[in-house]
Amino acid sequence: MDVGIVGYGVYIPQYRIKVEEIAKVWGADPEQIKRGLMVEEKSVPGPDEDTATIAVEAARAAVRRANIDPREIGAIYVGSESHPYAVKPTATIVAEAVGATPDLTAADYEFACKAGTAGIQTCMGMVEAGMIEYGMAVGADTAQSAPGDALEYTAAAGGAAFIVGRNGKRTIASIDGTYSYTTDTPDFWRREMRPYPKHGGRFTGEPAYFRHIISAAKGLLQQLKLTPEDFTYAVFHQPNGKFPLKAAKILGFSKEQVLPGLVVTKIGNTYSGSTLIGLALILDNARPGDRILAVSYGSGAGSDAFSLTVQDGINNNGDATLKVMDYVNRKEYIDYGTYAKLRRLLVR
Amino acid sequence: MREVAIVGVGLTKFGELWETSLRQLIVEAGLRALEDCGVDGKEIDAMYVGNMSAGQFVRQEHISSLIADHAGLVPIPCTRVEAACASGGVALRQAFIAVASGIHDIVVAGGVEKMTDTLTGQTTGALATAADQEWEAYIGSTFPALYALMARRHMHEYGTTEEQMAEVAVKNHHNACLNPYAQYRREITVEDVLNSPPVTLPLKLLDCSPITDGGACVILAPADRAREFTDTPIIIKGTGQASDALSLHDRSTLTSLRAAVHAADEAYKMAGIGPKDIDLAEVHDCFTIAEIMAIEDLGFCKKGEGGKITEEGETALDGRIPINTSGGLKGKGHPVGATGIAQTVEIVTQLRGEAGKRQVSGAEIGLAHNIGGSGGTCVVHIFQRGD
Amino acid sequence: MAVPRFWREIPNRYNLIGTKCGNCNTVFFPPRSVCPKCRRMGKLEPYKLRGRGKIVSYCTVHVPADGFEDAVPYVLAIVELEEGPRITAQITDCNPDSVKIGDEVEVTFRQIREESQDGLIYYGYKFKPVSNPPSEG
Repeated sequence: MDVGIVGYGVYIPQYRIKVEEIAKVWGADPEQIKRGLMVEEKSVPGPDEDTATIAVEAARAAVRRANIDPREIGAIYVGSESHPYAVKPTATIVAEAVGATPDLTAADYEFACKAGTAGIQTCMGMVEAGMIEYGMAVGADTAQSAPGDALEYTAAAGGAAFIVGRNGKRTIASIDGTYSYTTDTPDFWRREMRPYPKHGGRFTGEPAYFRHIISAAKGLLQQLKLTPEDFTYAVFHQPNGKFPLKAAKILGFSKEQVLPGLVVTKIGNTYSGSTLIGLALILDNARPGDRILAVSYGSGAGSDAFSLTVQDGINNNGDATLKVMDYVNRKEYIDYGTYAKLRRLLVR
Repeated sequence: MREVAIVGVGLTKFGELWETSLRQLIVEAGLRALEDCGVDGKEIDAMYVGNMSAGQFVRQEHISSLIADHAGLVPIPCTRVEAACASGGVALRQAFIAVASGIHDIVVAGGVEKMTDTLTGQTTGALATAADQEWEAYIGSTFPALYALMARRHMHEYGTTEEQMAEVAVKNHHNACLNPYAQYRREITVEDVLNSPPVTLPLKLLDCSPITDGGACVILAPADRAREFTDTPIIIKGTGQASDALSLHDRSTLTSLRAAVHAADEAYKMAGIGPKDIDLAEVHDCFTIAEIMAIEDLGFCKKGEGGKITEEGETALDGRIPINTSGGLKGKGHPVGATGIAQTVEIVTQLRGEAGKRQVSGAEIGLAHNIGGSGGTCVVHIFQRGD
Repeated sequence: MAVPRFWREIPNRYNLIGTKCGNCNTVFFPPRSVCPKCRRMGKLEPYKLRGRGKIVSYCTVHVPADGFEDAVPYVLAIVELEEGPRITAQITDCNPDSVKIGDEVEVTFRQIREESQDGLIYYGYKFKPVSNPPSEG
């Protein structure tokens, strides 16, 4: 495989709501929830933000970081479970706003929280096949959660964009391999025309998240003949803080390998953005030679695992964009009333 | 070019006139103007009517024909003039040009707006169409917002205060109390203005002119025939009109309306006089800041001192230069297309000495300043007593 | 606003594409097709603005324009861009009480409004207090 990441960018809205603020409304014990989920607060999109605006901000940052002419991007895929339109692509908005139009292909992906990594795989194949010079995959969401549902504590907003190109001087991290594990496992879904997703409660755990993440990770390690000790870092999809740590333990990765990419505690679950923002956080602090395992999970269900090796390009152009932690630390707390307004829970 | 006089004036009551339609408003104002000077309908040669947006307010376009018809004036030429809130002033200028040129002798200049047949949001939305739809309205601009941007900058550059702006509203409400045609005949205080609900800060509700129904007409005649119709002809000594960029962001300054400065220069030059010669003026106070900028643009004070001279009472009825003796757009009301003509009616009434309790003693020369939109059009007229 | 009317301006609204006169080098945004200085001598070409500037004036809208009800209160400003032109835009991600004339701002891509619940979503430029490094430019 001769492809890698040549640019990446993230975006996280500035608004935050604390677990305490949500728990207060439902008479729940915030300490119990924070312990159970390992989430303290989550990001909330502003009144003028949606998946398209988040995707555009992340995509523009990725182009700046890659320092390429956006017209060289031959494919853009935007993965999300909260595309602003049911019919009408987000990807065309992103393509136009980064200046990549008109000579490219573009489409929206949907696979719960792993649509963004599915986009990366598509771009890898197209670059490898010589169809395109660069491909961009975005994972972004403004995740929906029914008021009072357990998801309300974690369903957050954010996104990340990755530009894939043939390995060379620009390469930030080469992608050494990818492996996917997919079954029909209905652990979480949202029907057409319905505003909020439903989920299978504890069924989302063992037969869903863990089985897919672990199978994909093991499959990749076996394929590349690597062991957990070969990796500097590992990032697993972060629906909460506990799941990725437990997955790491099962696979034999240490906390030290996982914690540097664990961002869910401060921003919540950004769905299609989750694994990718975690990966971006690791890249923000990585050095050439570091090896990273990244495994996404999308309900329904599937996992995409990637092995990346950080290259010298990591040192290029690092000041061109805000870092994940810049966004994590830039925050404005809101109360539940404002949250209800921003999430359009108020009905006129 | 012939000298032109105003020989008759007519106004409807200004306000929320639930029982009166657009056509009734203009006909009523026209009849009063004819009655005022004894002109017979048969003598009228042409009519120019200022109207901003009957199409949006009552979904009626082609109101020139409608008005000529309902005024019983067919087949005379009737022309509807649109320049947003300056429609009336521009209609007067067109009527003036028609008479001065010799094409017509007796011409009606009218203005009318029926603004309460739509819900308030639709009405303010219609008004906002006088701003640039692509680059101002599209992103959420309203008219109060555009004037608030000017106000904030004026405060920044000249230290103008919200209290000084409030003084404009207080004065104009006071004058309106003395005007039987005015919409708001009640006194207000600076505190009332400062404590009124925010519209677009720094502008509060009482910094803004209201939504008003109303009509106004004046009758123009060649000056050498004026005495056939009136003992007190009022001569139009000067007229000036200018344009500026439609959008505020494309203007060279936010604290002065350059169209007003150009139009005033032209009118002063034509009249052969300067600001010091003006005894009173009606200016376009759609928002309180607009009056402060107007009196600066017209040369009644130094740039930046409009707030100060208002606070010091120089623009009050008994001040050095009484401004908006009618109550202005703020107190009298602002039926947008009618406003320019209504200003003219007030100046004529004052120069005739018929303004009753709000009469400015010894008024001989008056000025009317009418703005379209946020300043994309300005028209200024100077009037003088004919004797 | 009809769909073609929004669509026509997408390059300008998404990417701050103005025009520049090749004769006098003046940059215009919104774009113009005639240079007011050079008139027929002007040579206007598309020109992308960087999206950084300073607030020249601002106000806080409490009584919104139609379609902006959910945004209240929102800050509207005139921003002078580095390249010269001034632009009317909303300032987002800010506390209305802390905005000042002279504040440095940068462009951001946001929803401007939606036609209706089942209508088109209009996207375009807003500005926000500058972050360092620039998140656009």
